[in-house]
Order: sequence, then structure tokens, then C-alpha cells
Amino acid sequence: MPRARITISLKPTVLDAQGAVVKNALRSMGYDSVQDVHMGKYIELELAPGAGEEQVREMCQKLLANPVIEQYSIAISNEG
Amino acid sequence: MSSTLLSRAPSQAPPSQFLRWGVVVFPGTNCDQDTYHVLQGVLGQQVRYVWHHETELSGLDALILPGGFAHGDYLRAGAVARFSAVMEGVQRFAAEGKPVLGICNGFQVLLEAGLLPGAMLHNQSQSFACRWVNLRVEQPASPFLAACAPGAVLRIPIAHGEGNYFAEPDALARMERRGQVLLRYCEPDGTITPEANPNGSVDNIAGVSNEAGNVMGLMPHPERASEAILGSDDGRKIFESVILSFAKRQ
Repeated sequence: MPRARITISLKPTVLDAQGAVVKNALRSMGYDSVQDVHMGKYIELELAPGAGEEQVREMCQKLLANPVIEQYSIAISNEG
Repeated sequence: MSSTLLSRAPSQAPPSQFLRWGVVVFPGTNCDQDTYHVLQGVLGQQVRYVWHHETELSGLDALILPGGFAHGDYLRAGAVARFSAVMEGVQRFAAEGKPVLGICNGFQVLLEAGLLPGAMLHNQSQSFACRWVNLRVEQPASPFLAACAPGAVLRIPIAHGEGNYFAEPDALARMERRGQVLLRYCEPDGTITPEANPNGSVDNIAGVSNEAGNVMGLMPHPERASEAILGSDDGRKIFESVILSFAKRQ
């Protein structure tokens, strides 16, 4: 059964206030290696056999992401 | 002003024009009754609720998408509501040039539907903001602000978690040129400061319109500030402006 894993994050031009807070928290804990933090959403779709990336892309464009502020990446795998 | 209407709202003379208003109700909408009350009880207008399954809106003169949490605001505020059956009717209604006003969650739905430019982010503070704000009227020529003096400051409350308005710089410049930025968060004297911005909205933007000017969205709640007993009746100006503009067009 194909499984689509979708990662949604804010575009680089949009201020990620949540990410900034988490970055500050990590650095104040002493994790100086943290250069930046980007927060986002993770969505997993279980699909009928044969469903392709094209359709998932359409779902992202129409509903799952808002292209004005968000970008997304899709990874599809076939699992038993 | 018609004196026969004074009995409906003894504190102020209501507008002389009657409009047929529709108040759209999604599952999760919660400001519909307040909005209905202001339109009918305070302003003496004809109002009916429009359920989210309805598609036939031709008998109405003006539409309001009120505040709330339509469809739980899951995914993003307004993201699911914008696919409701009623939104086809709202799209047509707007395309005909009739006034459509989105308040708070209604604004978010109109953004998601592409009827207004831009998008909403979570408040910069990452917390829900519920307080009074001051709004500077930027476009008194707008049909939603026609009852306001140029540079007027309106005192109206906000209550939202996702009201951080965003648009890319080139889109913003285009909106400015076309006069689509209608309201900005400001100090009581009208000056625009970062401190007056309750949610991080770009350029302190609190309300915008579409290019044609007949669709408006704003985060503050004018229906919660339309009677003096509630602390302010500045919100009435928004509804009265629609009525005034409608009368002028007739």
C-alpha cells in the first residue's frame, strides 16, 4: 500500500516565530551548534494502490499546504 | 435618517436603508448570533442565517462570514471551511460586486478561498490575543469605511490566535497602490507603532480588501463593539458604511 509522507514548512521569506523561540531555547540550554530551527507539519497519507505523486501534489496545492506561506515535500513509499 | 426607526435603537438613529443581510454559519462558527443581533437589533436590518450547505444567495444584498472556529480550524484556520458548498455561492456573490465582509475567522476563510490576498500566520507571540485595539482608517473611500472620517481611529476588540497577516513584499506594494489596505493597528492617536501591533501582522495590517473593493476582511470584531454599553460603538461604523454605500449605489 503506497504511503505518502508530506512535510510542510514555512517559506524562507516568512518569519518562523515558533522556530525562533525553539532555537533560542536550545541555545540557552548550551546547544551552541544549533544554527537555526524550522518548525512545520508532518502528514501521512495511506493511499490505494496506484495512487501517484501527481495526485498528492494536487492535494498539497489545494488543501494540505497554503502556497502563500508554506512549502512542502512529498516522499512516497510502497509498504506492505 | 428616518425617525420612525428610532424606537429600534433609542441611543442612535439607525440608517434609513434596509439591506437583506446573510450571516454565514459553518460548524464551529460562534459569532453568528452577535452579528445577527447587531444587524437586526441595533441597526434594524433584515437578516437571515445562511447554513454552510446553501448555495443560493441571490435574495441577499450583503454577506458576512462571522468569527469562530469553522470546522475546528484544523490544518489551518479556514482551510477546510473554504471547501464548503456555500463558498461557491460566496464566490459568485463576490464576483457580482456585492459586499462580502469576513470578520476574524471569516477573514481567514476568505484568505484561504483566495477572495482576499495574503495569508494568516500564528500570532508572533504564539498565544491567543484577546484585547482592545485601535485601528486607523486608511481608506475612507472603501464601501466598508464610508461612514468614517479620513484618519479616524476605531476602538474594537480582537480575539484570535492566527491573526498575523502576511503577504510578500511585491504583493503588499501592489495592494498599497490599489488602496487595498483598509485598517492598521495603531496607537489611540492614530500613530502606527510596533507596540500597537498585537499579533505581528506585516505593516500593522488589520484589514484588507480585494482589488474590486467589494470584499473585506478584518481580524477585529466590530460586532462586539457596536453598542456603547459594551465599551465602544465604533464597530457600527463598518456595518453602517455598507448600508450607506448600498444606498448611494441605488
